[in-house]
Amino acid sequence: MSNPGNLKYTASHEWVKTEADGTLTVGITDHAQELLGDMVFVEAPTAGRKLKAKEECAVVESVKAAADVYAPVSGTVTAANSELDGTPEAINSDPYGAWIFKMKPDNAADVAALLDATAYQAVVDSEAH
Amino acid sequence: MPSLKQTPLNAAHRAMGAKMVDFGGWDMPVNYGSQIEEHHQVRNDCGMFDVSHMRVVDVKGEGARAFLRHLLANNVDKLTVPGKALYSTMLLENGGVIDDLIVYFMREDWFRIVVNAGTADNDLVWMKQQAAQHAPQLTIVDHPELAMIAVQGPNARTKVWEALPGSKELSEHLIPFSAVEMGSMFIARTGYTGEDGFEIMLPAKAAPFFWATLAEHGVKPIGLGARDTLRLEAGMNLYGHDMNERVGPLESGLAWTVDLKSPRDFIGKAALLAHPPTLKLVGLLLLDRGVLRDHQHVHSAHGEGEITSGSFSPTLEKSIALARVPNGVQIGDSVQVAVRDKMLAARVVKYPFARNGKGLV
Repeated sequence: MSNPGNLKYTASHEWVKTEADGTLTVGITDHAQELLGDMVFVEAPTAGRKLKAKEECAVVESVKAAADVYAPVSGTVTAANSELDGTPEAINSDPYGAWIFKMKPDNAADVAALLDATAYQAVVDSEAH
Repeated sequence: MPSLKQTPLNAAHRAMGAKMVDFGGWDMPVNYGSQIEEHHQVRNDCGMFDVSHMRVVDVKGEGARAFLRHLLANNVDKLTVPGKALYSTMLLENGGVIDDLIVYFMREDWFRIVVNAGTADNDLVWMKQQAAQHAPQLTIVDHPELAMIAVQGPNARTKVWEALPGSKELSEHLIPFSAVEMGSMFIARTGYTGEDGFEIMLPAKAAPFFWATLAEHGVKPIGLGARDTLRLEAGMNLYGHDMNERVGPLESGLAWTVDLKSPRDFIGKAALLAHPPTLKLVGLLLLDRGVLRDHQHVHSAHGEGEITSGSFSPTLEKSIALARVPNGVQIGDSVQVAVRDKMLAARVVKYPFARNGKGLV
């Protein structure tokens, strides 16, 4: 699966989508779900929580391991995807559809500084060596 | 990076789309897609595992039984019928576990032992050292040239019989935990999943063909990921996690494999008798949402313990664990497990958690 060109990415394997109202939707990349394997538990941050960029704010657990999810930029959580409580495996089958949380960024310009699809792919490729 | 060791089936795994990982220095398949699907495949039908990284060691010569009576914590005198197998630990003088293993009695001058991959070299040094001291007439021969394929699940034996002409006649009357030779192959009705099936040792050169033949008969490959969740559900210990050189068998749920009543002496016995255990291994079922993992702390009314093997149980669809806790903890007790910044509720339960296709908790 290629990384969608309309998303931004972090070196810690989150994807970020900017919605029309400026809200950010955040999930983990296909590469991340591939590394972790079958997902069995997701702990998302609660709405209202203030996040600092690169702060640990969610946990995804596969059968194999637990992994932290980091805030891509600073801001405030506006929603958590409660559907993942019952179907964490959606992250495996549809990583770019199964979002984990939404947030309002403190500064919209921070998002522009994140990686684009090409730069993120370079991060993935460098990890393979 | 030192190059990883490969089994004779390495190319076959890659051709089947395996995700390969460094498993204690071996390049092994962790899954071929979905670990959970592979787990269910074994519980509900059957699957095959490459366990060629495990080591086969033969103890040969006159007095082999007497030597093993001294070397192993379980009593090889329980083995009276050729082909019969016994699970045992091999202990240090201080009672710590060097390894756990299966020993097969073939003839009075031939016992076959299968040990873990990661401990094999260490085991061999120990066994040869003990033999040199107590039974120099014996030869300890390891067989890195043997591959091993486990076929496990309710339909495993039937599939092996279909794939391997002549095997049914030889192996259909094998009782669980026993083995028979078939030419250069060694067929054992043993496993590490809590399901029926075989573990088959065969020359490395023959392994790819046999693996491919099993696949043609519809046997799906299963990675080491599912192997671990299957064994955990089956309540089987994993060396290095549930016991090690610092933790003995009595604190690891293995008292049933240690014979302390007979007058027989064995390495480690004096230490076990001198230090009655204060901790024990129990099963945990997580009641809150989350996943139990190795080394998480367990808080009970009787003091602290630690998870030795924790994961998600695909059969129960809940998280389960083996944990070492103070002796006072009883089945049915409620305990708390520290998971990141939270304390999660778990119940102490009997294990195995699942066997023969069914959840037991």
